[in-house]
Amino acid sequence: MMQQESINKDTYLLEMNGICKSFPGVKALDEVSLRIRPYSVHALVGENGAGKSTLMKCLFGIYQEDAGEIILNGRKVNFSNPRQALDNGVSMVHQELNQVQDRSVMENIWLGRFPMKGIVVDSKKMYDDTKKIFEDLNINIDPKAIVGTLSVSQRQMVEIAKAVSCHAKIIVFDEPTSSLTEVEVRHLFRIINKLRDEGCGIIYISHKLEEIIEIADEITVLRDGKWVYTGRCENITIDQIITLIVGRELNNRFPPKKHKPSDEVILHVENLAGEYMPTVIDASFELRKGEILGVAGLMGSRRTETVETLFGIRKRKDGTINLEGRNVENKNARESKSNGFALLTEERRQTGIFPTLDITFNCIIANIDKYTNRFGILKEKKIAEDTKWVIDALSVKTPSEKTKIQYLSGGNQQKVIMGRWLLTEPTVMLLDEPTRGVDVGAKYDIYQLIIDCAEKGNAVIFISSEMPELLGISDRIMVMSNGRVAGIVDAKTTTQEELLRLASKYL
Amino acid sequence: MKLSASPLKPGQPVKIKDIIVNNAIYIVLFLLFITVVIIDPSFLSLKNAGFILSQSATRMIFACAIAGPIVLGGTDLSAGRLIGMAGLITASLLQSPDYTARVFPNLPRLPIWIPIILAMIICGLFSLIHGFLVAKQKVAPFIASLGMQLVVYGLMSVYFDAVSDSAPIGVLDPKFTGFAQNGFNIFGFRLQYIIIYAVIVITFIWFIWNKTKLGKNMFAIGGNIEAANVSGVNIVLNTLAIYVLAGLLYGFGGALEVARTGSATNALGQGYELDAIAACVVGGVSMRGGIGTIKGVITGVLLFQVISYGLVYIQVNPYLVYFIKGVIILIAVVIDTKKYIKKK
Repeated sequence: MMQQESINKDTYLLEMNGICKSFPGVKALDEVSLRIRPYSVHALVGENGAGKSTLMKCLFGIYQEDAGEIILNGRKVNFSNPRQALDNGVSMVHQELNQVQDRSVMENIWLGRFPMKGIVVDSKKMYDDTKKIFEDLNINIDPKAIVGTLSVSQRQMVEIAKAVSCHAKIIVFDEPTSSLTEVEVRHLFRIINKLRDEGCGIIYISHKLEEIIEIADEITVLRDGKWVYTGRCENITIDQIITLIVGRELNNRFPPKKHKPSDEVILHVENLAGEYMPTVIDASFELRKGEILGVAGLMGSRRTETVETLFGIRKRKDGTINLEGRNVENKNARESKSNGFALLTEERRQTGIFPTLDITFNCIIANIDKYTNRFGILKEKKIAEDTKWVIDALSVKTPSEKTKIQYLSGGNQQKVIMGRWLLTEPTVMLLDEPTRGVDVGAKYDIYQLIIDCAEKGNAVIFISSEMPELLGISDRIMVMSNGRVAGIVDAKTTTQEELLRLASKYL
Repeated sequence: MKLSASPLKPGQPVKIKDIIVNNAIYIVLFLLFITVVIIDPSFLSLKNAGFILSQSATRMIFACAIAGPIVLGGTDLSAGRLIGMAGLITASLLQSPDYTARVFPNLPRLPIWIPIILAMIICGLFSLIHGFLVAKQKVAPFIASLGMQLVVYGLMSVYFDAVSDSAPIGVLDPKFTGFAQNGFNIFGFRLQYIIIYAVIVITFIWFIWNKTKLGKNMFAIGGNIEAANVSGVNIVLNTLAIYVLAGLLYGFGGALEVARTGSATNALGQGYELDAIAACVVGGVSMRGGIGTIKGVITGVLLFQVISYGLVYIQVNPYLVYFIKGVIILIAVVIDTKKYIKKK
């Protein structure tokens, strides 16, 4: 695969030096450097939001860096799209595989550069070449199989083969093992080792530190968009890595906890399991009146699936939901809503806002029955009052209630959606990453709203991937791992290290 | 196609219920066919087979043409009017030289290939505009083709009105009608030339779909436009090529259609696109794009033709035939949708 003579083990294959990237209100990358040697696996770790994916997007030209330089094989490069990166031997095996599901394995591998025989696509050559790469990598997949019928691990192998077929020298693996079984992980590691032995530089992004210690030669840690550490893996322990990943101090980023959880349990969930994988496998927990239950977990821990199953927008296979002493079914969102549940969804743009409609509409839509008289006519006055309440009480910054919600900032959009659900007067508020994509100031307001909500005697389930905010405002924290509850800990006494350990319990 | 169409994961046992659901459309059609044969066994004859094939020949060409834009994830409502326009143009230029009331009395007798090529070029140009709107301007194919449909209908009607005062254009050059209608008799089975042209077109399109880069790219764009883009497929160029190819075939098929029927008005081709789309859907071409086979398209056309001819043959009320066709399309779409519904 590789031109052996052109590779010197001591020089870098890829250098990313002093990369900076800002988004409105956020400095996503601040002088980050990453250097990859040939014949090595380089682990890139950090919390969600630490800047790993932003850095990779800069490498692949999906984002343009504000400052810094990328040097590939001693030559300064600046790709404008992933295709260009691929042509230059930089390839990525995505966590979410971007493939044409209904076409064959070999067509996916050679898409965009089919071998031709005159005007005819040379299917035989395509088949033989694919077969040869598969044999080299010890992959046992029929090149003519339809991609959609393969397992996730097989589809991942196809992506790896595609990278190899492009003679990629740098291959990025983004959380490659998050949906693989142990046997499949072994196979993947054999392939990664083989690629390394052939001279590739491999960037390995993962939360699973045990795996990193096993497979990687070097490790780079990012935290809050800044470079923190780079070193050999032999010289570092898992505990040291964890400290490097989370090592930041908590200052006054959170409002004081005024609320007092009572001892009265209002929600009791037992053995909750969803029907269609990937989903929640087994979750049991209790929620008290006036309590904020934080939910921690890594990507793929299925926290979202848990609350969506609880809210009835995913099919429940098993388990009971007991609200204030009576069992409820929550078969669909309508029923859950009338039972007193509210869900702020994770994907605000997709399932939260109605972007082209105004704030008034976005405030009242979840509660439209309340604003309808018995003839089906809307009560305009009540609608105006409640919209005004949302804007005032949640301090939504907007020119008017007629403004289309798409013109508000992410934080203000989120406040409107919170207001929408508060207007339904819920007993149990389910919040799925309420501060994602929200600037720092608005985050504080949202924390305040969550605490106010608990203070009024409601119960809150608060999913977040940011450990500090979980520790900052929760009473207890439930840690999920691979679809199961790995433990429920007291937020006052737990540590980020303990949470991270629990989060990888069932991996 | 079978594999990809199945909602089953590999390794799971195939359930009888799934087999029935996945083949429901063929089962329904087979039952209808059996019913027709039981009511009137004389339906099963080589003569009827010849009729059905001749009637479906142009429909197969139209369905093969329109299947391209559908596999791309679009649709083409302008197909019928383009077919009509092609028919009008060729009819007006290829009237019998002995006929005194020709629309162009001073026109010399043209070799038949000139008007046919002309019709194909004109249809190709309109489809090029349509493809440009879809691929480059990102107009939703439904709306783009609806607009094109009206534009084409307006223009062809103005032409029709101008050249023939809105009287049907008939008495075509016997060389032209013979081009489509002549043929051989094989043991009572009439093989018209038009069937041979259809077979040539089907083979050509099958080749494009399965053997060329254009075909592979078409499936990739329809299946996952993002993946195609990231892999460096030229989305605009490939989309344009598929639309133009469709346009050329509408032109060729429209000329054959008028040669087969012998006359043209501005109503020619109305609703043909819906028949063609229905045949594609029944044949397993997904309206979501990315899935379909020529075999399926041809099966769809033939099944529809057998059923509608058969139902008329046993003297079912023609209005009821519409009802039955509608039900068949709905079943096909329900099954198609079932395969792709994402379960949560």
